[in-house]
Amino acid sequence: MAEEAAAVHIGRIAKQWGKKRGSLIMMLHAIQDQRGYVPRDAALELARQVDVPLARIYEVLTFYNYFKTSSPGKAVVSVCTGTACHLKGAPDILAALGEELGVADGEASEDGNFHLQSVRCVGCCGLAPVVTVNATVYGKVKPAEMRGIIGQWQDRIDAGEL
Amino acid sequence: MAKVTINGIEVHAEDGQTILDAARLAQVRIPTLCKHPDLPPTASCGVCVVKIAGQRGMVRACTTPVRDGMEIITQDPEIADVRRTVVKLILSNHPNACLTCGRNGTCELQALASEFGIRRETFPNIVADLPRDPSTGAIELEPAKCIKCGRCVMVCQTNQDVWALSFLDRGIDTRISAAGDIQLAESPCIRCGQCSAHCPTGAIFEYSQTEQVWDMLMDPEVHCIAQIAPAVRVSIGEAFGYDPGTNLTSKLYAALRRLGFAAIFDTNFGADVTIMEEATEFARRLENGKGPMPLITTCCPSWVDFMEKFHSDMIRYFSSCKSPHAILGTLAKTYYAEQVGLDRDKIRMVSIMPCTSKKYEIIRSDEMFASGSQDVDIAITTRELTRMIQQAGIELANLPAEQADNPLGEYSGAGTIFGTTGGVMEAALRSAYYFINGKELDDVDFKQVRGLDGVREAEVDIDGRTIRLAVAHGLANVEYVLNNIRATAEAGDEPAYHLVEVMACPGGCIGGGGQSWGVTDEIRQKRIDGLHGDDLAHTIRRSHQNPAVQRLYDDFIGKPMGDRAHQLLHTSYTARPEYRR
Amino acid sequence: MAEKADIGTLAAEERNAQAARKARLFCCGSTGCLSSGGGAIANALTEALAGHGLADAVDVVPTGCMGLCSLGPLVRVEVPGRDPVLYKEVDPMIARLIVAEHVVPAAGAGDEGFELPAFFTEHILPMDIPFFTKQTKVVLADSGRVNPERIEDYLAADGYQALQNVLANMTPQAVIELIADSGLRGRGGGGFPTGQKWGFARQAEPVNGEKFIICNGDEGDPGAYMDRSVLEGNPHAVLEGMLIAAYATGATEGWFYIRAEYPLAVDRVEKAIKQARRNGLVGKNILGSDLNVDCQIRLGAGAFVCGEETALIHSIEGQRGTPRPRPPYPSVQGLWDRPSVVNNVETLANVPAIIRNGPEWFHAMGTETSKGTKVFALTGKVEHSGLIEVPMGMHLREIVEDIGGGNPADKPLKAVQTGGPSGGVIPVDQLDVPVCYEQLTQLGSMMGSGGMIVMDADDSMVEIAKFYLGFAVDESCGKCAPCRIGGTQMLALLQKVTDGKATLDDLDLIRRLSRAMQQASLCGLGQTAPNPVISTLRYFEDEYMEAVIVYSDPSSQDWTPRGT
Ligand SMILES: Cc1cc2nc3c(=O)[nH]c(=O)nc-3n(C[C@H](O)[C@H](O)[C@H](O)COP(=O)(O)O)c2cc1C
Ligand code: SF4
Ligand code: SF4
Ligand code: SF4
Ligand code: SF4
Ligand code: SF4
Ligand code: SF4
Ligand code: SF4
Ligand code: SF4
Ligand code: FES
Ligand code: FES
Ligand code: FES
Repeated sequence: MAEEAAAVHIGRIAKQWGKKRGSLIMMLHAIQDQRGYVPRDAALELARQVDVPLARIYEVLTFYNYFKTSSPGKAVVSVCTGTACHLKGAPDILAALGEELGVADGEASEDGNFHLQSVRCVGCCGLAPVVTVNATVYGKVKPAEMRGIIGQWQDRIDAGEL
Repeated sequence: MAKVTINGIEVHAEDGQTILDAARLAQVRIPTLCKHPDLPPTASCGVCVVKIAGQRGMVRACTTPVRDGMEIITQDPEIADVRRTVVKLILSNHPNACLTCGRNGTCELQALASEFGIRRETFPNIVADLPRDPSTGAIELEPAKCIKCGRCVMVCQTNQDVWALSFLDRGIDTRISAAGDIQLAESPCIRCGQCSAHCPTGAIFEYSQTEQVWDMLMDPEVHCIAQIAPAVRVSIGEAFGYDPGTNLTSKLYAALRRLGFAAIFDTNFGADVTIMEEATEFARRLENGKGPMPLITTCCPSWVDFMEKFHSDMIRYFSSCKSPHAILGTLAKTYYAEQVGLDRDKIRMVSIMPCTSKKYEIIRSDEMFASGSQDVDIAITTRELTRMIQQAGIELANLPAEQADNPLGEYSGAGTIFGTTGGVMEAALRSAYYFINGKELDDVDFKQVRGLDGVREAEVDIDGRTIRLAVAHGLANVEYVLNNIRATAEAGDEPAYHLVEVMACPGGCIGGGGQSWGVTDEIRQKRIDGLHGDDLAHTIRRSHQNPAVQRLYDDFIGKPMGDRAHQLLHTSYTARPEYRR
Repeated sequence: MAEKADIGTLAAEERNAQAARKARLFCCGSTGCLSSGGGAIANALTEALAGHGLADAVDVVPTGCMGLCSLGPLVRVEVPGRDPVLYKEVDPMIARLIVAEHVVPAAGAGDEGFELPAFFTEHILPMDIPFFTKQTKVVLADSGRVNPERIEDYLAADGYQALQNVLANMTPQAVIELIADSGLRGRGGGGFPTGQKWGFARQAEPVNGEKFIICNGDEGDPGAYMDRSVLEGNPHAVLEGMLIAAYATGATEGWFYIRAEYPLAVDRVEKAIKQARRNGLVGKNILGSDLNVDCQIRLGAGAFVCGEETALIHSIEGQRGTPRPRPPYPSVQGLWDRPSVVNNVETLANVPAIIRNGPEWFHAMGTETSKGTKVFALTGKVEHSGLIEVPMGMHLREIVEDIGGGNPADKPLKAVQTGGPSGGVIPVDQLDVPVCYEQLTQLGSMMGSGGMIVMDADDSMVEIAKFYLGFAVDESCGKCAPCRIGGTQMLALLQKVTDGKATLDDLDLIRRLSRAMQQASLCGLGQTAPNPVISTLRYFEDEYMEAVIVYSDPSSQDWTPRGT
């Protein structure tokens, strides 16, 4: 995003939230919703516009798992490692995906297309084990199915849908 | 009032007082690590746990308030075991690097480890590989040695309102870092060094330049001069077993001479010159009604830096006068060089300062090169000088009293109180009164501006005019004063104040970031008393009466605020707006 | 100002409208069912009804979780005068069949008998199985019955009556006494008596005229989703509870703190607040009284420790979510130093029902010290995993074997874990204990917020301990040394055990380290992090010993802990 557009976008966020109490995390969510992560220029611009120290913004950004400070890639593959999923084989799913994508937990694939991460309970424990790709939930998955799921998303990426 | 027992000893504590404080009343010591007497508790180390009768589980002595009737147990085998395990854990997350550490011998963690007599590594060592950050040239961060006590963050964010330091990440990955995970020099850091003065370990310490000073002293081609700041003389003794506040001026002169300095000057002389200029500036602004009011003092470089970054609308109020040691540096390489017939490039000026920020001030703008070369070549802190004296095998206690050299060594009582909060103000008033009135004050003690309250406001009468004063120290306190200035300026009213003094460090320079370790308000007060004692011991207590200063103006400078003064003794300021902090 | 809020009229209108329907189809619209394809079901039902000309005569009600998520998407068909029928694993095709073969004929059949076609059998879930019959629903009573996105539905189900009653007829003190009498204890894990907490907050002087009520919807236990289901299934009940709490304690503003991972819950609470504001239930002069309370939502951002009340407060304030020492307790000095009551979602959701039915009714359920019901997320090696609500005092075995239906793989059960990362395991031979705060604690576990995970012979207890401890280590805020470093070192020790490299000394060290963490950690996370280790060591020491004895080769002793 061009710098100016970013400033305008943050201006809007600042206008909506800046005067409200307890709004820093909400503003960071708003930035990440738009850009997929919170880039440094956005953090600086936010610091300027809402008069919050940059130190505070980074303290918060790096504390909370949800926020990312670098671009996560086009498809974010999350493996639930909550208890229910763990008992029903999440480690195997994670291993299968790691192999398929050639990355470790928390890494992005070399082409920047996929980002693999383990996450805590996504709240679909009845369907354990659970994998999500972006906003799509896959329940009761098996390691062998991973190749197919990644393939579908690769197709979508290749088709320029993402 | 709460009646409690500590290990069976009955004490009467204040309501709301912590167990830690109450234990002190009973002469019981509880080990602590993260708690600093100056700061609210962060409760992070877990070393101070104690038991309360009838309560399940241990509590932290540093944060738990006493309740009437509480029975507190501070020592039993179980408590000892928990504490020892916690210390072992902390050690397991810390490099074994005492020998090359900035805090070797003064480290609070080292002392605790020593006390607990831990002889084996129970837990394997896990230390993250984090790079050092010496980028400011004033303080150095060594995050791998950080125990996450949180003191520096509290000081930098809450007390100094700078927000240069923060914790990043979480859990075992938690680390200390400059704002926004960049180099400290690119952060809003104002180099006050307060973080280093409060850090219990070697994770933040002064950027040490003693080796450079030794090199200069060994160089036969150069003429090395030392100058020593007011606040140093009442603090350095603490490292040598003296009581805080003991005035060691004449021993320091002797020590510096033995270190090999060719001439020993006193920054207090520079302070007297600062007053000549600043008081003149003040008198002019007041009398002519010209120039913005109030006049704000500028001898603290961290305050100047803070102002340029966050409050640049205040530039117009700033005194243009340089700080005392900068003035002395210029004069050494001009006035003194002329007198002794030395090429200024052969002179090296070493400032011995309570301050880490002076390391940066000496190159902060072109005016710091007014003599034609760099006026002050190097600034070292009280702590660095301490180590040099120790290395040289000099026993302070056995040194004779010696004098500083001419022509930049003689000082007035006004010059020496520069080292305490309110001191610059007081010194300025003593001379301004004379400059405005032509008369001398009867009583030069302005007790109204003394003390350790964060902001002190007072009114004095000069020649029938009410002069409003404000003194602030610790930068979080300054906003209140600045807002009052802004409010009256905007409303077009009489200015809120006529004269304002700001010092970045709590207590002023006696509480500076480069001073002897372990400062508390109690120690600050003793150091202040030491300087006031020095003031009282001088028959000449007004800067303009210092004969050496008078000679300087007669022979070399001419008039205060005159052309030569402007060229050599004044500076300028530039707005450097940051993202706000 | 809000228009005349006659909620009684609205409720009556809605009840009449519902009674006039030929049928009502409830389909689960909660995260679980939505992710197993439930999104398409409501549409399929609506289209099919339109095709049969029944669009206006039959309601399709998207609801919150019906509980048996592992068999979702679920659809319940209610035709007046007939038994309700529950369908499982519905897809759009089944949905169309339900309309064509069940709703249309049943609704048109009048008084005569009506038989369901046989081919439905495998999709029909009998409602008389223990999973349903053994539950007692208070908090979840309306979840699965009301459309969480329509305040009218909630009003028709007696919603906001408790608030109205309280405002019209009770003093704040009387409300506090009533809640205290009921025996309600906090459902967020600690079990602190709610009436007492409200009493402290009532006594606290407002700061700057402000006092807050905070609903803790951070629910971070891995494997627990009770609060999410309540917020998604019946947000108005929580809001009503919050408003009553505000009246009782004198709070001036309400805050919902909800996990960012729960977007649907956030969305529903947001809608609920808006609808309530429009109807004069939130804002100034609530229901014409002097009560002024506005409510807003703040999101978490992925930090389990923010469930801890002081960390939660820091998080709303826009800081790192690190806990601070208590006292001062939030009820004295909380959000922005204002007195603040922090209550769990489920705690607040209990409140309207207690007011409506009286404290004796609530008191009558449960044990001596634990009253009412408790919602659990029953998962792991059980036939029926899902969301359940049982009266306190029910035996664990009954929950696991009857409601849960036992192990699908027919392997012997080994243990039940409760309390999440703060809790412990209860071995299968000790399952005959009543669910109650004290009993579970005595067994070395705890009630916690309601995760209940069933384990069988396949599950290694050392691995389980390592799993929970790993969670605590990942989620440690890092503020205090005993938890930050202790957790990491403990995990390394467990790794040593599972690698077969541990010695008996290491087991001693684990115990010693556990004590230091329990005693010297600053907040509940670190204090309880060793619990899963201690309880597995207590009941399954043999599994540890096996690993220790396997260790034979002394040269393999050099090992590297995690985090280096
Ligand atoms: C590490 C930790 C996590 C917690 N997580 C939650 C949580 O997710 N939800 C919750 O309601 N309470 C949680 N609590 C308990 C809260 O601190 C607090 O006691 C509770 O919200 C009070 O509400 P209650 O009295 O209604 O139970 C947690 C406590 C700790 C120490
Ligand atoms: S910080 Fe202290 S304990 Fe650590 S290496 Fe330095 S002196 Fe030793
Ligand atoms: S204290 Fe120990 S490690 Fe340090 S120098 Fe002496 S012997 Fe060596
Ligand atoms: S030197 Fe001062 S401003 Fe810089 S980090 Fe330390 S405390 Fe903050
Ligand atoms: S750098 Fe020093 S003061 Fe700061 S947190 Fe670490 S140990 Fe404490
Ligand atoms: S004001 Fe402080 S730092 Fe400045 S010259 Fe004086 S003593 Fe040194
Ligand atoms: S108050 Fe003194 S010691 Fe502190 S930064 Fe300013 S000049 Fe340096
Ligand atoms: S049991 Fe789990 S998956 Fe099913 S609805 Fe409830 S939360 Fe969702
Ligand atoms: S116990 Fe753990 S989570 Fe709690 S304050 Fe300490 S480090 Fe943070
Ligand atoms: S444990 Fe995986 S969804 Fe809850
Ligand atoms: S001194 Fe009390 S916790 Fe560190
Ligand atoms: S989500 Fe549909 S039954 Fe639980």
